Amino acid sequence: MKNTQMQQGLPLDEMLLGTFERSKGLIAANDTPKVSRLRDAAMDIFRECRFPDSAHEKWRNTPIESLTEEDFVQQLSPSQADKNLEEMFRCEVHNFDTEIVSMLNGWYYDKKSDLRTLPDGVVVGSIGAAMKAYPELFEMYYGEIAPYALNGFTAINTAMAQDGVFIWVPDGIKASKTIQIIKMIDLEENLFVQNRNLIILGRNSELSLMHCDDSINQHCSLVNTVSEFVVGENAQLKLYKLQNLNDQSGLVNSTFIRQEANSNVKTNTLTFNCGLIRNCVQVMLNGPGAHADVLGLYLMDKQQHVDNQIRIDHNAPNCTSNELFKGILDDQASAVFNGYIHVARNAQKTNAYQNNNNILLKPTARINTKPFLEIYADDVKCSHGATVGQLDQEAMFYIRSRGISEANARLLLMYAFASDIISNISIEALRQRIDDMVKKRLRGELSVCEKCVLHCGSPEKEYHFDIDYSKL
Amino acid sequence: MDNNPNTTILNEVTKGEYKFGFYTDIEMDTAPTGLSEDTIRFISAKKEEPEWMLDFRLKAFRHWLTLKEPEWAHIHYPKIDYQSIIYYAAPKKKETLNSLDEVDPELLDTFNKLGISLDEQKRLSGVAVDAVIDSVSVKTTFQDTLSKHGVIFCSFSEAVRNHPELVKKYMGSVVAYTDNYFAALNSAVFSDGSFCFIPKGVRCPLELSTYFRINAANTGQFERTLIVAEDDSYVSYMEGCTAPMRDENQLHAAIVEIVALDRAEVKYSTVQNWYPGDKQGKGGVYNFVTKRGLCKGVNAKISWTQVETGSAITWKYPSCVLMGDHSVGEFYSVAVTNHFQQADTGTKMIHIGKNTRSTIISKGISAGHSNNSYRGLVKILPGAANARNFSQCDSLLLGDQCGAHTFPFIEASNETAIIEHEATTSKISEDQLFYCNQRGMNTEKAIGLIVNGYAKEVLNKLPMEFAVEAQKLLSITLEGSVG
Repeated sequence: MKNTQMQQGLPLDEMLLGTFERSKGLIAANDTPKVSRLRDAAMDIFRECRFPDSAHEKWRNTPIESLTEEDFVQQLSPSQADKNLEEMFRCEVHNFDTEIVSMLNGWYYDKKSDLRTLPDGVVVGSIGAAMKAYPELFEMYYGEIAPYALNGFTAINTAMAQDGVFIWVPDGIKASKTIQIIKMIDLEENLFVQNRNLIILGRNSELSLMHCDDSINQHCSLVNTVSEFVVGENAQLKLYKLQNLNDQSGLVNSTFIRQEANSNVKTNTLTFNCGLIRNCVQVMLNGPGAHADVLGLYLMDKQQHVDNQIRIDHNAPNCTSNELFKGILDDQASAVFNGYIHVARNAQKTNAYQNNNNILLKPTARINTKPFLEIYADDVKCSHGATVGQLDQEAMFYIRSRGISEANARLLLMYAFASDIISNISIEALRQRIDDMVKKRLRGELSVCEKCVLHCGSPEKEYHFDIDYSKL
Repeated sequence: MDNNPNTTILNEVTKGEYKFGFYTDIEMDTAPTGLSEDTIRFISAKKEEPEWMLDFRLKAFRHWLTLKEPEWAHIHYPKIDYQSIIYYAAPKKKETLNSLDEVDPELLDTFNKLGISLDEQKRLSGVAVDAVIDSVSVKTTFQDTLSKHGVIFCSFSEAVRNHPELVKKYMGSVVAYTDNYFAALNSAVFSDGSFCFIPKGVRCPLELSTYFRINAANTGQFERTLIVAEDDSYVSYMEGCTAPMRDENQLHAAIVEIVALDRAEVKYSTVQNWYPGDKQGKGGVYNFVTKRGLCKGVNAKISWTQVETGSAITWKYPSCVLMGDHSVGEFYSVAVTNHFQQADTGTKMIHIGKNTRSTIISKGISAGHSNNSYRGLVKILPGAANARNFSQCDSLLLGDQCGAHTFPFIEASNETAIIEHEATTSKISEDQLFYCNQRGMNTEKAIGLIVNGYAKEVLNKLPMEFAVEAQKLLSITLEGSVG
């Protein structure tokens, strides 16, 4: 069976509308009634609004039409596993034992089963298999956290996404291993991928999750992912997103997190490479005493573009949030940061902090930053800051005066700038790994190569700058 | 009822009465209600304008017809019916005024009530006043003194008559009629305003001031101010405004344009106190204003200082276009909202020239059911090497039914730019109140002290005359919570 669908010459949105009409049965094969209902409702929205373009205020500085006007193919069923996938998915972090969940070209890939229960009681599987096994969880949570009418991307994802990752950490369970989702794109055609993830943390549970988006070849792809996180009372979630796709590709990543009372969430979005990335993170602090740390680092060069849209809703009293995004922009790279803190009328005793720092290295780099606050409660402490600047000339002079080359001094200063984010990674092995990746990235060595993007599996020694620190 | 002293005080906040709400019965000359090309021709004819002025108005009107009312601001109000507004209202006058004795005594009385002396007895105060009532300038004082220095300070209509070359050259050069919806509307129907020209090398000996008053019912006020400061000149300009209390909303859409040439400095201060509506949010002035200064020459400096206490809705972004190298833009603002007032105000700093600098200090105070937003843009264009900006936007919340919002936009396209933005939102801290209380100060006084201290940074930038008025206003607006 031929599993790619394409109509030459049709714009992407028209192609999707057509596919939906023709293959609704196949797309909705595993659906619960609710999921199916949502698909129709979301499709109605999409038919009206289509993909956004830069005429929309929220997309003003992101040239998304450069991607939505490309020709893409879509896979309505998984491709044959004719490749050596073990070799491909060797991204595990050295010295760091993770539970790996693989996705190839948007499809859940596991030789043994589509749904498994780990020894510690955590359920991991494909979204399709989970719909059959746990329809009650889907009735309760699916589509409740991600508003499908938000924009064309969430609408079309709700309408047509077929696969994704499902993780359920039942009440009181602490996941013993970090779960690592590795998403690979490897197809000799331009591929449009939609994934839908649902991650549920019960009361008093704990989970740390790594979510890696990678591509192997140099073909253009467009990945549209929507993830819903339900974080129950007293639950703890750590979420690390690593984004490293090729310069042709686009990634629209929408993450919605709903937090109940006293829960604690830490997300860290690390953007290393991609043609165009749009990260939308929405955190709803719905129970009193909840806390969210939303951090991010972006290191862009060439003509890359990153757009971070971060919204934190303080809907309950006594919640705290901390938002810090840092970026270094080289060449013609551009970045958008739009932070938004909304404090509802009853959310007294809120403490919210938002900061965005940027360094521009070349005259052609651009940054648009919009740190917004919207506050309706009076007993709150909210502050935000945004800076745009260069490497500190005095620090530079000091290091240079100690006999360190200009190139190395720059590396050191950029690394110091980024280390605020890196030092926040609490898993030691992962922190070291990312530290290495940042160093490599700053030296321009980390880019999409033929074999594997991250070389995560290849054991190597710790990465160092060639700097004699004793001189300092 | 709640006896919590804090709540009581905050309730009292809403009792502050508007002190300038009286209405003067003056014989008025008005245009028919509604807006069409005929209205514009009527206004132009009334003012005996030259042909080019009418053309400008008509062009603006035709452009306005193609525009849609902007909706991006964080304000809510029922749709304005532009056909139910009277676009021209002027106190009926017999002849051109030659001396003060010929001014309608009712009118003089109005301005005396407002504390503005049109009669030149207050020579010592050293402020030249242009009084504008219902968008028509009634009297400009101290013209003789000013003309000795070559300074032109007169009503806009007079400028069109006597200095057409200057008006032609500069009008619309900073705020084009195509700029936005309200600017287009103003360009089509503006009735009067002030014109001010400071020639080369002159330091204006007096503070110039315009006093705006809406008096007639159902009218909109559309005035236009143009200030041109030639090389090496300096002027300090003040603007004040009030309106009677009325149940219906009145529209005010003004334009202020400032041009500063090489090394010129213009300081523009506003105390805006249009009628804000009553405690239920009924009535009040809709204030949609476009203010922009252009630092055209090198080392030019434009400084905006505003105290915004009035208007049901404020939509106002006094901006600086820093075109000349080394030019400087400043924006100092205190915006107070109470009852059901809504303010969406801030500034735009557009850096075009090299080594340009801008400072933004904005203090928002919200009480009652009001919403107060800061909206600002700092834009660094690729050519603006070594541009520097510092912004600080603080919001203070008095009461739990109000909102304070911050919407800064920062766009940098030059790697040598240094931009800093800071904002905080909080209420008056209990520690501060406790400290004042235990020193024997009652809560009301303490809040007054704290709010005044909070706004001091901006009030200090006002000319002395205005600073006193502004401080008083701040107390009236927040009466009960401010001592």
